[in-house]
Amino acid sequence: MKKNLNVIAAYSIMMGLIILVGIFQSWNIALSIFNLCLISAVMTMGANIQWGYAGLINFGIMGYTALGGLAAVLISVNPVQEAWSVGGSNILFSLFLIIGIVLAVRYVLKKYDKSKLRTYIIATIIITGIILVRFVSEPGIEAIEEVNPAKTGFLGGFGLPIIFSWIVGAVFAGGLAFIIGKVALGLRADYLAIATLLISEIVIAIIKHEDWLTRGVKNVIGLKRPAPYEVDLQQTDWFINLVEKFNFSKLNLIQDFSERQSALNQLVIEGSSIFVKLCYSGLFLVVVIILLILTQKALYSPWGRMMRAIRDNEEAANAMGKNVVKQHLLIFVLGSAIVGIAGAMLVTQDGLFTPGSYRPMRYTFLIWVMVIVGGSGNNFGAILGGFVVWFLWIEAAPIALFVINLTTSGLADTHFLKQHLIESVPYFRFLMMGIGLLLIMRYRPKGILPEKIEIK
Amino acid sequence: MDFINAIILLLNYIFVPALTYGSQLALGAIFVTLIYGILRFANFATGDMMSFGTMAAILFTWYFQSLGVSLGVLPTALIAIPFAIIFMIFYMLLIDKFVFKYYRNQKSPPVQLAMVSIGVMFVTQAVVRIIIGPSDRRFFDGEKFIIKAGEFKEITGLNEGLAIKSTQILTILVTLILVSTLFWFLNKTKTGKSMKAYSDNEDLALLSGIDPKKIVMITWIIAGILATIGGTLYGLDKSFKPFTYFNNMLPIFAAAIVGGIGNPFGAFLGGYVIAFSEILLTYAYKKFFMYVLPESMEPDGLVQLLSTDYKFAVSFSILVIVLLYRPSGIFKGKVL
Repeated sequence: MKKNLNVIAAYSIMMGLIILVGIFQSWNIALSIFNLCLISAVMTMGANIQWGYAGLINFGIMGYTALGGLAAVLISVNPVQEAWSVGGSNILFSLFLIIGIVLAVRYVLKKYDKSKLRTYIIATIIITGIILVRFVSEPGIEAIEEVNPAKTGFLGGFGLPIIFSWIVGAVFAGGLAFIIGKVALGLRADYLAIATLLISEIVIAIIKHEDWLTRGVKNVIGLKRPAPYEVDLQQTDWFINLVEKFNFSKLNLIQDFSERQSALNQLVIEGSSIFVKLCYSGLFLVVVIILLILTQKALYSPWGRMMRAIRDNEEAANAMGKNVVKQHLLIFVLGSAIVGIAGAMLVTQDGLFTPGSYRPMRYTFLIWVMVIVGGSGNNFGAILGGFVVWFLWIEAAPIALFVINLTTSGLADTHFLKQHLIESVPYFRFLMMGIGLLLIMRYRPKGILPEKIEIK
Repeated sequence: MDFINAIILLLNYIFVPALTYGSQLALGAIFVTLIYGILRFANFATGDMMSFGTMAAILFTWYFQSLGVSLGVLPTALIAIPFAIIFMIFYMLLIDKFVFKYYRNQKSPPVQLAMVSIGVMFVTQAVVRIIIGPSDRRFFDGEKFIIKAGEFKEITGLNEGLAIKSTQILTILVTLILVSTLFWFLNKTKTGKSMKAYSDNEDLALLSGIDPKKIVMITWIIAGILATIGGTLYGLDKSFKPFTYFNNMLPIFAAAIVGGIGNPFGAFLGGYVIAFSEILLTYAYKKFFMYVLPESMEPDGLVQLLSTDYKFAVSFSILVIVLLYRPSGIFKGKVL
């Protein structure tokens, strides 16, 4: 108990802060912060597995998040029958062609020894393959994008409950990580960082511009929810009764019947959105707890010890007969898959998929700040980092506004400096993140909750 | 005649823009490569440092404009650049003193320095946005075109026009002058040679009495000059928007690595490799073939290898291929 005192203290302070937001701002804001904190926590756990356990640097988090989001779309949206009938066969045929190209390249790679001729053969296969694929897919894509472009213009998905997408998102992200890992894991750390960053940009470019698959920048809205809709809740009797019970004392003070009814209505509307958010919180909390248990178990298992050994001294681990390349690939895939889950969760919560919103600042670098600030190598630290950083990210603007008003209180409201500063309040969050990261890296390089390995 | 038309078409839409864009990338890539070679880390704050320098240049331009100073046909920003450079160097030395120096003295691994540079990136981005705001700004004044498309058509009597913007010529000229001075400095002067020695082997350089503090300071000064000029030229040619500068970091990295990181000349050429491949692969060649081929063979489609949406993806794919097959870059830098 005593050993974990700092963990408990840190988490209680965090919870306290969120509750304070609930009391002073509103419970709606507090809960949405809490939900995004949970999603961020899942992302940081993924990044922490890669960086904290194995020392692999992955700046492609944005790409995996977007793939998770794509999974949510592909699973939950109803299939667009018309689009399938006009262009589906072309798309399927090109898919087979791509698989054929990959198989052909693999065959050549296996069959022949490394030589110039082999490189040329592979290049020819790939180039003719791409031309063929474009030739086949182009009419299909055009036809699909012409089907009711204002509403659909894409193939749609499978029409399954969106919850399944959390698993599928993990599979998508893990699959991408497998390919990237095969290609890039041999690189030295800072090059791996650059390569993954650039590859994630390519992924985003594809998601943004392949309209037949993702609707691109036209966005997909109105995804199905795993939680009830506010509008339905407001009509349901048991929910109204529940709200009435909760606010019994408050409502009893109101004598007039019609006034009481309108106050109740107001409470029901507020309550419904809080209830929906609570549903999400519950779902996310389950994911976070399951992942936390799994990652903790892994950390203290023989496998976790091996990973740390590889991280701390690759050559020694290699000499002891551990397959470093294979383990690196495994952990790269696992970590990315967790990030993929988070991506699907994010889209599930928002109910919309906006490829244009995936930017490296928010989805890669911010997550890294969370991992570093929280404490790499320590799962509790990583989760705490997700909470603290996201909380600050959201609350930075009010805090900055407060500080500006305090420091410039001597100036008139119309003074140009004060006005300029107040206009640029949203950018103070970058400043806070940067300074926070620099301070933590300088004075507490292992994060708020440092990695602690106990030998049991 | 058709053939000349085709050539002019390519010059107008591919060669001149690619040369300009390549020059802008080249300056950034030399910046990345210098920092990597001498301070030994990948600087993720590159794009934002360039936007900081450009911001300074814009502020000085506005100041000079308010004073009524101008260069006539040339943009006022040219007078502002030297002042902006001083400002920028001051900022960089400040950052080095308070942030990077500590880790250098600790001999931290490059990854940690790269992480620290992310912190610097956040701070710089915030400072730029707080001071000048996130919106798009144009600060070009003076004569816009050297040759307009219409004038060119009249003079030569061709169907295709060749438009050359003054910023394009300015960019190419300034880049050439700056880069040749830089190479002269690195290869001929004593300080430049000691920088090279320090980059090749730190311990040996220290043994032969080279002062590391001086080397680091000169590196930041050169980096400041490159970042400010590169950023300002880009801003003059297109426009200044902090977010674009942050994004430009990616092709700049690609250029530096393709050219062989740690090798300034490689980075210089790498900029052009990236720029030309981006533009060549995403240009629609339909019109070109219409001039070159006989009428019966004219293409139906746009004859575009990749849609322009994938511009960035091209440079990143080149980078990935280079990393796989020749990790030391085309022109042999440090082995990764």
